Amino acid sequence: MAATDFDVPVGLSGDDIPLSVAVNRSPADRRFRLAARASGASTLVVMGLVAVFLAKGAWPALRIAGARFFTRTEWNPDAANGSFGIAAIVWWTVMIALIALLLAVPLAVASALFINEYAPRRLRRALTALVDLLAAIPSLIYGLWGRAFAGDALAGVARWLSRNAGFVPMFDVRGDAYDSSTFVAGVIVALMVLPIATSVMREVFAQTPVAEKEGALALGATRWGMVRAVVLPFGRGGIIGGSMLALGRALGETIAIALIISPKYVVDARVLERGSNSVGALIALKFGEAGSTGLSALLALGLALFAITLVVNFAASFVVARSRSGAGVEA
Amino acid sequence: MSVPATVDPAHRVPERPVRPRMVGRDDGLVLVGSAASGMSLVWVVYERLLPLSGPVGFWLLSYVAFLAIYRSVVRSTHGALAARDRVMAVVVTSGALGLAAPLTLIILFVFSKGIGALVKPAFFTQTLAKVGPLSPEDQGGAQHAIVGTLEQLGLTVAVSAPLGVATAVFLNEVGGRLARPVRTIVDAMSGVPSIVAGLFVYSLLIRTLGWSFSGFAASLALAMLMLPSVTRTTEEVLRLVPGGLRESALALGAPEWRATLQVVLPTVRAGVVTAVILGMARAVGETAPLIMTSFNSSVMNWNPFSGPQSSLPIYVYRLVGNSDPGQVRRAWAGALALIVLVLGLFTMARWVGGAPQRRERRRQRRQAPAPAPASAAAAPASTSAAAAPAPTVDLTRTDHPGGPQ
Repeated sequence: MAATDFDVPVGLSGDDIPLSVAVNRSPADRRFRLAARASGASTLVVMGLVAVFLAKGAWPALRIAGARFFTRTEWNPDAANGSFGIAAIVWWTVMIALIALLLAVPLAVASALFINEYAPRRLRRALTALVDLLAAIPSLIYGLWGRAFAGDALAGVARWLSRNAGFVPMFDVRGDAYDSSTFVAGVIVALMVLPIATSVMREVFAQTPVAEKEGALALGATRWGMVRAVVLPFGRGGIIGGSMLALGRALGETIAIALIISPKYVVDARVLERGSNSVGALIALKFGEAGSTGLSALLALGLALFAITLVVNFAASFVVARSRSGAGVEA
Repeated sequence: MSVPATVDPAHRVPERPVRPRMVGRDDGLVLVGSAASGMSLVWVVYERLLPLSGPVGFWLLSYVAFLAIYRSVVRSTHGALAARDRVMAVVVTSGALGLAAPLTLIILFVFSKGIGALVKPAFFTQTLAKVGPLSPEDQGGAQHAIVGTLEQLGLTVAVSAPLGVATAVFLNEVGGRLARPVRTIVDAMSGVPSIVAGLFVYSLLIRTLGWSFSGFAASLALAMLMLPSVTRTTEEVLRLVPGGLRESALALGAPEWRATLQVVLPTVRAGVVTAVILGMARAVGETAPLIMTSFNSSVMNWNPFSGPQSSLPIYVYRLVGNSDPGQVRRAWAGALALIVLVLGLFTMARWVGGAPQRRERRRQRRQAPAPAPASAAAAPASTSAAAAPAPTVDLTRTDHPGGPQ
């Protein structure tokens, strides 16, 4: 890094490479480098082992279920000729995550803009700390709160929605049970992924070139005009990347959802109705009562979750990294 | 800063930039007035005239009516452009409120539910071993869970802190062909759901190697979750250490390992400690991996290496679904204890993280009588590790989204 911080002398062309010096390291230094390299490699090994051992544990269940593992909706791995599949579970996991994103992304954009562009300087630090504090509040606490307090309030919202807009298939509810629903879980998960989305977006927004912002203001733009013309286009990568990171978190969320929902195994669009499902929550709920096939099936669920979140997170860091380097701001 | 002597004092330029007022005096009144009239309008139309009612609809529609009225008022006095600007300012601000409000609600709610059982001494001195449905309120507590939490947290830090710092040293100081994939994988690791970490430890240690459920197994799962945040934060502060510091140490003949361990790492001590404490704050509340690693126990288990062990999160998780209201009260006390622990760790992290800046400010205050340019030049010129300008970075950030840069 620091090696390139010198001025290239006149007369040297750009592709003259610095002389590489043969280094003869002492044994102590070589041991030091080896130890550092080994710690670095250990993360690679651990992640490899995660895939291997989840696959190993999942193998018996996957062999029993075959390809129907991806299409079945019921979950009875321990029954005599048990049939089980992840279709309904993944469906509801995605629905919870989508509801969470639908609520969290606009709030996160607004919060990030407020912290960077609207808040007084003194408040800015406090708000940044608050965002980080929100991220540190355990999932368990959000779940307890959602179950004991927010659930009731949100059931009221759900009732209102289904009475006044029940003709929309998503808001349709059979019966009169509005608690433990996909909607309630989605709202709580939205609160949980807000901090990460906000902090990613805030950081990308903060890299907006000041000259361009001041240019917009100097040309007579209002503050909102400046935000819309400069900050938002510049931060588009941050908004997408932050949303995808939040999606990754939302898909993997476990304990809060486990405390809120009651599992259901059908695929429909009724998000306000009681009952929902999620990969993580089902693992947590079923672990204690699972037999040997059941355990293996849960490990298969874990493997699926691992694969999904890896893909989403890789895509997210790709987008965020590209939005940064593409803007050419970070040296 | 300093004004050239030739300027006549009477025409002196103000030293602080003039900040044009964004919000005038009557703007606040317009805001309050619009809110009041929006609410009144919705009350009349929605609650009285139409056959509808309900608090949710009322507040939702009031907000919309407020925005519409506010827009037309500002539009009539300041024009369309200003109206859009003001309305968006209100929207953005209410978005930020939507972020801040839940935290207050959550803390107040857990406090009101948990304080009653938390202040009883039994919470800290007794376990659940002899607790039945008929046990009185002042019996039974979370001593076993507190012990488990402390032991597991200690083991988690003992595993993840050295490994995380060493990995960061590898990424930033040693480097090589392996650095790129390691950085990518560390990023990927920070997105691994906690339940997957628990399943992995269960599958490897308990199912394959035949360990029993234990606190240590839980610590390993937690360490896996904490490692990426320690690594990325440490790497970030290491990147801020001026290269001259390393080069001076090497030029003085220090071997690489001494330059790293005795010069580079001490300058980022505050940053590393902050990263570790923040990692602890996040690990301490993790519940999902504990279900399949430490399991749970209602009796005291001092040995984290063998047998099921309780800890605060799993204690709360198991008790809160109990049909016995006494147990539920104990669960809320545990939740409050957990929040206090997280808040305490978080405050400590901010305090430690702010220490270098505080020291710097004190130093500057001591040197205040000296002319300003001298003190500004003094900081970068100092080469000793202790006096080096403290790297400043927001250590408490939540994420490590960046890929290879």
